[in-house]
Formats: sequence, C-alpha cells, structure tokens
Amino acid sequence: MNPLLAQSVTQPSVDWHALAPELVMAGTACLVLVADLFLPRNAKWIAMPLSAAGIIGTLAAVVSLINTETTTLAGTFEVDAFSLLFKGLFCVLGLIILAISFHYFRAGSYYQGEYYFLLLCSLFGGLVIASARDLISLFIALELISIPGIVMVALRKGDARANEGALKFFLFSVLSSAVMLYGMSLVYGVTGSTILSEIRTSIGSGDEPLVVLSVFFVVVGFAFKISAVPFHFWAPDTYEGAPSPVAAFLSTASKIGGFVGLLVLMFKAFPEVADTWAPVFAVLAALTMTVGNLIALRQQHVIRLLAYSGIAQSGYILVCLALINPGNPDANEQAFAAAVIYLAIYGIMDLGAFAAAVAFARRGGTYFISDYAGLWQRSPVLALLFGGFLISLAGAPPMAGLIAKLFVFAATIEAEVYWLAIVMGVNTVIAAWYYLALIKKMFFETPELDEPVEVPYLLSAAMGIAAALLVALLVYPPLLTNLADRSIF
Amino acid sequence: MSDFPFLDIVVFLPLAGALLMGFLPKGKVALLRYAALAVTAATFLVSLGVFANFDTSDSGFQLGSSAEWIPEWGVGYITGVDGISLWLVLLTSFLTPLAVLASWSVTERVKPFFIFLLALETGMLGVFSSLDMFLFYVFWEVTLVPMYLLIGMWGYANRIYAAMKFFLFTLAGSLLMLVAILYLYFAVGGEPTFNYQELLGTPLTLDVQRLLFLGFFASFAVKVPLVPLHTWLPDAHTEAPTAGSVLLAAVLLKMGTYGLLRFAIPLFPDAAREMVPIVMTLAIIGIVYGALVAIMQKDLKRLVAYSSIAHLGFVVLGMFVGTIQGMSGGILQMVNHGLSTGALFMLVGALYDRRHTRLIADYGGLAKTVPVLAGVFLFVTMSSIGLPGLNGFVGEFLILLGTFFGYQWWVVPATFGVVLAAIYLLWAYRRVFHGPVTNQANAALPDMEVREWLMLAPVMALILLIGVYPKPFLDRIEPSAEKVVSQLQDSSMIPGQVEEAGGP
Repeated sequence: MNPLLAQSVTQPSVDWHALAPELVMAGTACLVLVADLFLPRNAKWIAMPLSAAGIIGTLAAVVSLINTETTTLAGTFEVDAFSLLFKGLFCVLGLIILAISFHYFRAGSYYQGEYYFLLLCSLFGGLVIASARDLISLFIALELISIPGIVMVALRKGDARANEGALKFFLFSVLSSAVMLYGMSLVYGVTGSTILSEIRTSIGSGDEPLVVLSVFFVVVGFAFKISAVPFHFWAPDTYEGAPSPVAAFLSTASKIGGFVGLLVLMFKAFPEVADTWAPVFAVLAALTMTVGNLIALRQQHVIRLLAYSGIAQSGYILVCLALINPGNPDANEQAFAAAVIYLAIYGIMDLGAFAAAVAFARRGGTYFISDYAGLWQRSPVLALLFGGFLISLAGAPPMAGLIAKLFVFAATIEAEVYWLAIVMGVNTVIAAWYYLALIKKMFFETPELDEPVEVPYLLSAAMGIAAALLVALLVYPPLLTNLADRSIF
Repeated sequence: MSDFPFLDIVVFLPLAGALLMGFLPKGKVALLRYAALAVTAATFLVSLGVFANFDTSDSGFQLGSSAEWIPEWGVGYITGVDGISLWLVLLTSFLTPLAVLASWSVTERVKPFFIFLLALETGMLGVFSSLDMFLFYVFWEVTLVPMYLLIGMWGYANRIYAAMKFFLFTLAGSLLMLVAILYLYFAVGGEPTFNYQELLGTPLTLDVQRLLFLGFFASFAVKVPLVPLHTWLPDAHTEAPTAGSVLLAAVLLKMGTYGLLRFAIPLFPDAAREMVPIVMTLAIIGIVYGALVAIMQKDLKRLVAYSSIAHLGFVVLGMFVGTIQGMSGGILQMVNHGLSTGALFMLVGALYDRRHTRLIADYGGLAKTVPVLAGVFLFVTMSSIGLPGLNGFVGEFLILLGTFFGYQWWVVPATFGVVLAAIYLLWAYRRVFHGPVTNQANAALPDMEVREWLMLAPVMALILLIGVYPKPFLDRIEPSAEKVVSQLQDSSMIPGQVEEAGGP
C-alpha cells in the first residue's frame, strides 16, 4: 500500500463528549423527520414536544461541558466559554421559538414535522458555528443556518408574499455566499491554510492589499447574512412574507448565528489587521443604525417594524466590531464582551417582542399597528409584556436592554470613538420614538374591540420566561457579564 | 449611628409594595387605595428612621450600604445620604402618601395606577440615595417609564403629546449624561470605577471638564428645567393626573437640581466655576420668563406649572452664586418648592374634582361657596409667594442675600421675579376665589373633606414650621452646602475638600 495514502487517511482523533450537543441536536432532527412519517395527520404536532426534548437534551450536554476547553476534529472545532455561552443561548432561543411556533403551525396545519426538522437543522448550524474554527466549517455552519431558513420562509407555499420573501432570501443568500467564498478563497491563497489560528499567524505585512480585499469580501458576505445596511433589502420583505415564528427565528437566532461567525472570524483570524476592517464596520454600523431606525419610523406593520428595528439593533453590535484597534487590547476586550452581552440580551428581548406580536395576531390575524389601540384594556398582561420588551429594546428599565446599551456605550467611550457614541445616542432617541409610538397605541388609546386577546399557555410561558430572564439580567447583570468576560478570546 | 439599613429599606419598600399589589384583585378599589397608602406611609415612617439617625455634625455620607453589583466592571450598589439628599429623600417619602391621597379621584384602572406610582417612588428615592454612578443612572431611567405611563394613561386631553415629549426630552438629556459618566469612568486612573466618592477629585483638564460638565448639565437642565429646555414641563405638568403633577413638580424637578449639586459641581469644579455667569443668566431668565408667562395663563394648572420654572430658577441661582447663604437657601428652597407647589397642585386637583375644569375664567367667587378651601389655598399661595413667616420666605431671602454677597446687581432682576410671583398668584387667586359667583355651577360646591385635610394639613404644618423655625433644617443642610460652595469658590481649596469627601 502506498505509505503516503495510508498517512493521508489517518483519522483525526474525535472527542465525542465535545461534540455531544451537536450530536444530540442532529439526532433529534433526524428522529423528528422520521417520526413525522409515521405520525397520523392529527398527531403531527408531537414533533414539537420531541424537538423540545431534544433541545433540552442539547442544553444538558452543553451544561455538562461547562469549564471544558478543548479542540477536536484537527483543530477545526473548539469548545470554550464563548462557544458554550452561545450554544446555551441557541438552545434557550430555540425553546422559545418552539413555544411561539406550536399553536401557529398546528392551527394552520402547515408542514409541522418538516418545519421542526428544518428549525432543528438551523439550530444545529448555530451550535456548530459557535465552535467552528476554520473557514470551511464556518462556511458550512453558516449555510446550515440559512438554507433551512429559506425553506421555512416558503412553508406557506400558496402565499405569494411567502414565495416572494423566500425567493429574495434565497437570491441574497446565494449571492452573499458566493461573495464570501470568494473572499475565503483569497484568504486561503494568501495564507495557505483554512484554520483560523494558522491564518492569523501567517498573515505577513507584505500581504496587506490582498488581505484587505479578501477581508472586505468576507465582511460583505456576512453583512448580507446579518442584514446590515446597505445589504438589508431582503430582510423586511422576507420577514413579512414568512410565517411569523420563522421571522422571529430569522431576526434572532439566525442573525445571532451570523454575528457569532463574524466575531469568530474577525477575532480568531484577523485581529492583527483590525485597523483595515474596523473602519468598514464603523461605516456599516452608523448606516445600519440610522437607516434602520429612520425607515422603522414609518412602518405600520408590526413585523416590518420589528424587522427594521432589528436591523437598527444590529448596528449597535457592529459598533463593537468597529471599535477594535490592535494597539488597545483592554478596549478590544471590552468591545468583545459588549458584543456578546448585546447579542444575548437582544436575542431574548426581540424574541419576546415577536412572541407578543404572534400572540396578538392569533385571533383575527392582524399585524397592523393601528389594531393595537387600547390593547391594555383588552389584555393587560399581554400589553405589559409587549410594552416591556419594546421599552427594553429602546434601552430603558425595567428589563435588561438598558444593560446591553450601557455596555456598548462604555466600550465605545473606552475605545475613544466618540463620533460613534454620538451616532448611537441620536439613534437611541429616534428608536425610542417608534417603540413609544407602539406603546402609546397599546396603553393610551381606546380600543375598538372589547374582547380580550386569548393567549395560549405556551405563548404566555415563552413571554414570561423571556421577561423573567431580562428582569433578572437587569437586577443582577453578573449572570451574563461574568460569562461574557470569560468568553473573551 | 445605627447599622439598621433604614435607607435601603426606604428605597425598595415601595417597589416591594408594588409587586405585592400585583396580587390584589383589580376590582377592589378601596382595598387598592388603602394598600398603596399603607405602603407609602410605611415608607415614610422608615424614612423618619433615616432622619432620626442622621448625624448632624457629619458632612459626609451616612446610613447607606455598600455591596458589589458587577464587580468586574467596578459597579457597586452604594447608597448613602448627606445633608442635601436627606431632605430630598424625606420630601419624596413625605409627599408620596399625600399624592396617593390626592389620587382618590382616579377611578379607572386603579391597580396599575398605584403600582406605577409606587415604582416611581422607588426610582426617585434611588436617585437621591445612589452613590454609584451606574446605579444612579439606572434609577434615573427607572423614573422615566412609570411617569410616562402615569401621564399618558391617566392624564387629561392632551396627555399623549405631553407624555411623549416628557419621555424624549428626558431620554435625550440622559444619554448625554451617560456618555459623560462613562468618560469619567475611564478617565480615572487605575482600576475603573463608578463609585462616586472615588471619582471625586479625578484630575481632569479644563477642556475635558467643560465637555463633561456640559454632558451632565444638559441632562439636569432638561429636568430642572432651565429655559430654553423647559418646553416639556408645562405640557407634562398640565396634562398629568394630580398625583403625577405633584410628584413631577415636587420631586422629579429636584432630581435636576440635585444632580447639579451632587455631580455637576463637585466632579467638575473648574468648569462649574467658569459656567457660573451662564448658568446664573439662564436662572434669571427662567425666573422672569416663567413669571411673565405665568401671568398670562388662562389655565390654573398651567399657571402653577410656569411658576415652577420661575421657582426652580431661584433654586439654581442660589446654588451657583457661590455663597453659603445662597447654597443653603437653594437647598432649602428645593424642599419649599416641593411643599408649596405640591400643595398647589393638590388644591388645583381638588378644584378640578369639583368642577372638572382648569380654566380660571370658569371660576369666581369660590371664597363664598368653599371658604375653607379658599383659606387653605390662600395659605399655600402665600407660601409660594414668599410671605414672611412661611417657608418660601426663608428660602428666597437666603438666596437673594447670598446673591447679593456674590453678585450685587444680579439681585435686581431676581427680586423683580418675587414681585411678579405675587402678581400672577394673587391675580389668579382673586379671579378664582373673590368677586361674585358668576357661574351657577360654582354656587353649590362641597368644601374640604377629611381626606383633603389629611393630605394638606401635614404640608401646611411643615410650611409654617420651616417659616418660623428653619434652624433644624438649616443645621443639617449647612455642612454639606459648605462643601459644595467651597468647590465653587476657590480652586486652591479644592484638593483639601476633595480629600475630605473621599471614602465613606
């Protein structure tokens, strides 16, 4: 036998425990798909408790890995505090999304089994991206998140808007993947490796123009995925056309997945050349916040409002990337921690807001802001929760949105990028206007209908858990800040 | 000195009460009212414990506690009161039960009303007790939402506009303060901290001080409010329900003046000194402008709102003249304004409950139909004008005296403001209470009821007490006032003073 061949097929050693969360999640996804084949038509909903059990199992696997730091699969897969934090977050978000989805899909008799399967696949992608440490696994994880997303958007295949949304999402996704892959191939060409840590060490000073070009392509690719302005055009149409729980997923878990990949790539592979890419993020951040907020001001449809507000919110996370400066490690750590904190809090509060919008739309199916008039008098608890999530997105108590904003502001001041602090300040006031406008509708105006909005227990539980988590994070921020501090690369 | 955490209990008791009230049935209106009254009264009783244990001879912070909150980021839970904040804590805890009494006319959505009111009280008390900038900022923001909802949900016709304006003005101001706080946080050498007492004496260049002072000043000037940032106030005060107006005028505005005293001046003394003429000019403009606009008001509540702008101008004037009399007078006048304007809003609310109008023209001759109410109104009006023997006189006299020592000629327009106050208040009083009863709707109105006595008598007693015997108040104010004044006077005195202030 050819000795060279024998060497090349040597399997890298696999640490199965490190892979446990992914294995549980993938196993559950397959189980759900198979089970769906055998479930009678009126029992398809069982796919949801199955999925929930799988996610809880995944969460247990994540917990069992706490304090583990290891790499496996030949250095392409790393388990550390950062990846565990986000795996845990994806599980929590996944559970909330399941709760939001259940009644929606059961009532509509959409493809329940397929939906939960696709959702689990996407979450699986999220788990992988938190641990991916080379270009190929990063790319695959990113596609794993977004391709099932495209199908989920199109689940209501008779609906023209759903088709339009899915098609836009698909085209933008493919385009961004192509751009990103091109950038990655350039990186490989320059450095001769796909492993992020090796890329970091082998970027020489002479390679700058090519590195800048390749980083630029990669960043543009990611900008599509996280719907940063000016690459955001697909998002509002897609969110509006998609089933609302899917919009909730795209706006939170899927977007956070993109940000996680971006953080990993930028901090593991390109921190040394941060002075070339930080200004790009600064421009993206300022544009994303400002344009997102200004367009959100004019929205009459709650999902579109949340879509644009979500775009504006990702601007704050992009700010953290814009602050990176190779000469100031302390400020960089602060910025990284701020990004982690913001992502976690944003995910929970935005999902809460979507849950409330879904709950409201269950009867009558309306998403127009004008229909929210006097919700307070019809369903005080729903109005209070929705109001709480919105005010938290605006950055005021009694939920943790304030903490998220504070840490991003703090990182900006420490990095001495004052103009971005001013842009953020102005944007916070603009954003407060449209969040308040919705709150004003719900609390200050009189309702046209008197009947209360009935909220199923599962949705109430989802919102209640999100609200409780957010209040806890405001009362005792170290719950999250400690984890964020430990997850700094 | 007692180790019992009086102050922390005072701060969080209303919030705990609010949470418990969440479990009460929403239909039992009387139960809800008495529960809110019980919680706020209990808070006041505990705050008397703060008062009793306050050490007059100590100019530092007392009776607080200190714990870690977010240790990695240098954020602590640190509380304490000195001779300035002591009075504001007491004022808040004293007026909130009265505001609850003034809210008997709220008949719809009673449960959330009191829950928001109690949450607001915790926010206000927290602002006055925080000695950690992060904590302070959080409490500052905590006051925002409940007040927004109180105005927007229970206010009068134009309430939505007023509520939005209130929220956005305050938010914009507070973001500037946030940036300044964070800059200060990183500017301090060594381990970054939000601890106020450690931040005192941070060496900063004059340029930086100017910028940071402006950041804080913008936020506080919106809250005070100083002209030209005052436009939210007449709307918010006029449209808010009575309890909201009382707490807005009596307490929330003091968060602005308190912030100037506690943070803007001591943290950036050089910039503050430099800004004195500008701030004093704004204060004087506020005094004269507020009074002139008040004269022209047709709406009684709006008149009282504009009078607040004038009165707060006096407070700011006293604080910035850089004399001990001015400073003590300014601090005392914060309490005085809280009492007399709070009482005026209660009385206007009482009139509204009877006649459902706020227009001065709809009244007339009420002294004949409700003589007792008219007498009480006159008493409070006199206090607001500054009649000797009542509290307003002591505060305004000290402020004018202090201003005279510092800046002789500035006293002239300020004194003019006192005269104008007499004009707008007495003229309004004459139109409402004197003359013949022209409108038959005014002919048969009920006079003061027991509940109204309960809410006004304590205020009147204090108005009289401060008027004839202000010593116990001034004794506690002066040590802390002196410390702030020294920072405004002479830069060579600053380091020693700062040393003394450091460390609990």
